[in-house]
Amino acid sequence: MPEPGGPAARAADAVAAGPQPRPGSAGPAAGRGPAVISVRGLRMSYGHYEAVRGIDLEVARGEIFAFLGPNGAGKTTTVEILEGFRTRTGGEVQVLGADPAHAGAAWRARSGVVLQESAPEAWLTVRECVSMYAGYYPNPLPVGRALDLVGLTDKAGGRCDRLSGGQLRRLDMALALIGDPELVFLDEPTTGFDPSARHAAWEVISGLRDLGKTIFLTTHYMEEAETLADQIMIIAAGKIVASGTPATIGGRARESTTVSFTLPDGLTPADLPSLPAPVTEGRNRTVEIVHHEPLPVLHAVTSWALQRGYPLSDLSVHRPTLEEIYLRLTEGQT
Amino acid sequence: MSVMPTDRGTGTAARARRAGAASLVANQTRYDLRAFRRNTRARIFTLAVPVLLLLILVALFHSGTVKAGGATVKIAAYYVPHIAAMAIVGAGLINLLITLVAKRESGSLKRRRATPVPSWVLIAGDAATSILSSLVIVAVLVAIGSIGYGLAVSGAALGVAAVETVVGAAAFCCMAYALSGVVTNAESAGPVVQLTTLPVYFISGIYVPDDELPHWLLDVANVLPVRPLAVALQAAFVPATNGGQRFALVPVMIVAAWGVAGLLIAVRTFSWMPKRS
Repeated sequence: MPEPGGPAARAADAVAAGPQPRPGSAGPAAGRGPAVISVRGLRMSYGHYEAVRGIDLEVARGEIFAFLGPNGAGKTTTVEILEGFRTRTGGEVQVLGADPAHAGAAWRARSGVVLQESAPEAWLTVRECVSMYAGYYPNPLPVGRALDLVGLTDKAGGRCDRLSGGQLRRLDMALALIGDPELVFLDEPTTGFDPSARHAAWEVISGLRDLGKTIFLTTHYMEEAETLADQIMIIAAGKIVASGTPATIGGRARESTTVSFTLPDGLTPADLPSLPAPVTEGRNRTVEIVHHEPLPVLHAVTSWALQRGYPLSDLSVHRPTLEEIYLRLTEGQT
Repeated sequence: MSVMPTDRGTGTAARARRAGAASLVANQTRYDLRAFRRNTRARIFTLAVPVLLLLILVALFHSGTVKAGGATVKIAAYYVPHIAAMAIVGAGLINLLITLVAKRESGSLKRRRATPVPSWVLIAGDAATSILSSLVIVAVLVAIGSIGYGLAVSGAALGVAAVETVVGAAAFCCMAYALSGVVTNAESAGPVVQLTTLPVYFISGIYVPDDELPHWLLDVANVLPVRPLAVALQAAFVPATNGGQRFALVPVMIVAAWGVAGLLIAVRTFSWMPKRS
């Protein structure tokens, strides 16, 4: 595992600083460096069923791109087309400068894949399994380095089929990294992890960004996308329904903020100072003020409360979470 | 539309070529053999079962003889090559089919497909594992026959039997790849292959000696792949069963033809992706 305060802390800084909203942020990777993945009008049909209905996306070198969507939305189909496992029925796809449908061994040597599901190589130890995969690549990392990157050094001599679920996913990650790829596909890499294993995996993934890798991530965990991603795209029913940075996606930056608190004893909403938005009263004497600018609301409420000595101990300011935005955008699609 | 060879692409391709196809196959075979050695099911099916069957069958008919190929053969000289044929089917077809379907359904094949390793290297690794394990088990059976039952073993017999073992193991390996296309899940791979092979063993004279079987059954078995392999191995040790010819060309060609047919089907139907999804 990377040291605490290492790559993860740097990733946290990057998130805190906030990716800059760019004008026309739904557009291509202009200004973000050369595109590693470029997709135009991608379509995929299975018989009469159209799983992917014309999507465009760009992933710039060195960024973490999170691809979100409900099960059955076309996520895995899209990833498998980009990985070269499936042949699309329409559109243009370029990954690492080649069409994945026709790319060969040299192209595969430049990308690493962590599949959604894959069992260990039965009967081999962790080190043997990683060494076998190292033998497939022209310029592999040293086996010990790959194990160290994912934190499996202690388990190197243990049999693959005796690892825990979280350790297995880390082995998958080591197998994806052993070829020293430029681009890594991670398909739901932390599904089924406990919270501490998930945070450890995030450290590994943001460590990869620090090494300059480009990462295409699919996940069901909004916190994961929010922590790691530079760009987020949401797919529902085969179409892109939103794209942007974690801060701006789905109009999140323009969303209204809810300020809420419990009214002090003996007061009614009429006793509140003049506010820029109407006050709604909920159950148990809670009040909510919804406004696109939280600062004037907070200023009015807090100066009023301070003057009169009301503690307002449950005062909260809530902006829509990525999860709320996601659920709204994908409503009825699950 | 694709502009594959970038500068880096040709560089890695060139390095990959220098690394050499042989070392790729050697790398794969090394780990496949290691996995095979540690696989209890594989060891029991490919090694223990044939040895056990040989000991039991020879004990059952201990002093008898069998009429095979127009010659009279001692019971041990009959069962060593016949059980050897069965062992080759076990190592080449049964073990590989079960392993292959399990690997495919667990996503292990798909993951290997995402690496630059050429598919033929993986197949060559499987074939080499089948061939080497077949050679070991056939050697063990012949050693038991020679030491325990006084089977006459010449250098020529060993050479011919080794060639036939290699051809047989490679052919059944191809048939395993062909059958993997119709077996959709790992649980059914075992029963499917047992159900297919058991009747064939019975009509091929593997368990029940040739002279107890009706002619029409033997005629059917003669065009299936198991009996020709047994007949060829029998001739390697007792040339009289093949008109004095130690190398039985026609049966070996029939086995090879099944292998080629398997290969042609496998090339069309083989899938790296799990079938269940």
